[in-house]
Amino acid sequence: MNQTIKDPEAIPGWGIDANPSNDPAWPIKIRDGARVHSALWNRPPQQAATVEVLVSNEYPHLPAVTGVSSPPSGLSGMLRRWAFRYSESSYGHWLPLMLADRINAFEGIILDVIKGRPPHFMAELGWPAEWRYNRLNLVLRNLLRLVLLAAVIWGIVALCRRHA
Amino acid sequence: MLAMNYRGPLRVRIDEKPMPRILHPEDAIVRVTRSCICGSDLHLYNGSVPDTRPGMTFGHEFTGVVVEIGGDVQKLKVGDHVLVPFNIACGRCVFCQQELYGNCHESNPQATAVGGIFGYSHTGGGHEGGQAEYVRVPYADVGPTVIPDDMDPDDAVLLTDVVPTGYQAAEMGGIQKGDTVVVFGAGPVGIMAARCAWLFGAGRVIVIDELDYRLDFVRRYAPCEAYNFRSMGDPVLFLKKATDWLGADVCIDAVGAEAAGNAMQTLLGRKLFMQGGSATALHWAINSVRKGGVLSIVGVYGPIGTLVPIGNVVNKGITIRANQASVKRLLPRLIEHVRSGVLRPRELITHRIPLEHVSDAYRIFSAKLNHCIKPVLIPPAK
Repeated sequence: MNQTIKDPEAIPGWGIDANPSNDPAWPIKIRDGARVHSALWNRPPQQAATVEVLVSNEYPHLPAVTGVSSPPSGLSGMLRRWAFRYSESSYGHWLPLMLADRINAFEGIILDVIKGRPPHFMAELGWPAEWRYNRLNLVLRNLLRLVLLAAVIWGIVALCRRHA
Repeated sequence: MLAMNYRGPLRVRIDEKPMPRILHPEDAIVRVTRSCICGSDLHLYNGSVPDTRPGMTFGHEFTGVVVEIGGDVQKLKVGDHVLVPFNIACGRCVFCQQELYGNCHESNPQATAVGGIFGYSHTGGGHEGGQAEYVRVPYADVGPTVIPDDMDPDDAVLLTDVVPTGYQAAEMGGIQKGDTVVVFGAGPVGIMAARCAWLFGAGRVIVIDELDYRLDFVRRYAPCEAYNFRSMGDPVLFLKKATDWLGADVCIDAVGAEAAGNAMQTLLGRKLFMQGGSATALHWAINSVRKGGVLSIVGVYGPIGTLVPIGNVVNKGITIRANQASVKRLLPRLIEHVRSGVLRPRELITHRIPLEHVSDAYRIFSAKLNHCIKPVLIPPAK
């Protein structure tokens, strides 16, 4: 583990941004009273609402610009609305959102099927790329999954038979 | 238009989506020319960032041509080829006024901790991302920067995130001449952080990762020492020995939530999602930096609690600096470095993949297939 770069100063650009005053480093508060303390700034115009946007309860008002991707809907949407009753400091905010994400993925599959376009799981998972670059691992991994699934099914069937 | 569409953990596909519209007088619509997949996109892809909704288009590293502008846009015009910082910043709130462009208070309704980010879940504001043919760019007079004529577009697209984040990682370390700097992670940001550490006058730069092909690359590119933690037993002990048993002056966490190397962290952070990611690299960084040293964090973690040895932070008197990169603040200096040839970001690009093959691109990058370091998605030519 000896130092292998013997002459750092020969590296192109060495030290060109060296700055003894960069200590403590950025980010550092700008000690300019007005800019540091004022919660009143010249706000940008407010974007008109076109979709439902959930807002953190740590804001006094809706930020001027909002994203409009994937507004809340369905059961996952109800969970998300509930989560936003809690602050970002609370697990009551984040854990329902994680659960809603999983439910939303399932809702997406159902919606795809209803639309007559069932998801092509292998393509969406990028298996063609794995087949090309990581074939053995892909095959072994899925064989293992199949074996585990078969073992679970066999176990359940055996249990049912015993109780019958 | 064609756009990447997130369907759930590990599932993405290309879909037809409606064209974006001007929704605010300071918006622009940009036709994407290049769009990268970022290491932090993998946190979304793996389902570890709360409020990542199916249907969203990811992508916060992109360049494109302006095709439409809102009524209040003054600095851009239709036809400009721009690089778009990943931060969505208003330029006038109390945080933007302090050049904290990653912490804008007027661009992310869903969370106050971070400003809006293109295509980075609803925790990042619910904005559609650039892994598409077209994208809406809010506050078009603030972030987007016209690409200089003499700049390679591949260099330009990496100035939207990778280069500023790597540079800021080194800057936040407060590196002084002769300092020993340890970078955890040899992904694109870690590689760039190692390269930039020299610009601040580092005396020694060491990179730690588990992938030999990336270690070989950074050893040549930065250039620096690079070691595989799989071959060293305890990385903290290794680094103590390498630094006269004192520890490094500066440690940089350029890994974040997907860190490997510790079974408990992997189980709690990556499998069960019971903490904001696997903090293995952060744990090693805290324990490898010397007393009174500086820890710079640019690795991305989720918003919930994460296990780190905070007692050692107190006992060692460590200074922690961390933030999302403030891209707009850094761009003038970094454009200078790229134009002068001091930084050569495009050498990080290993894969060019048509946007239509976005599912394969995510798999290649996330599973580190075919020696992938940085993939760029190329939308169909118009």
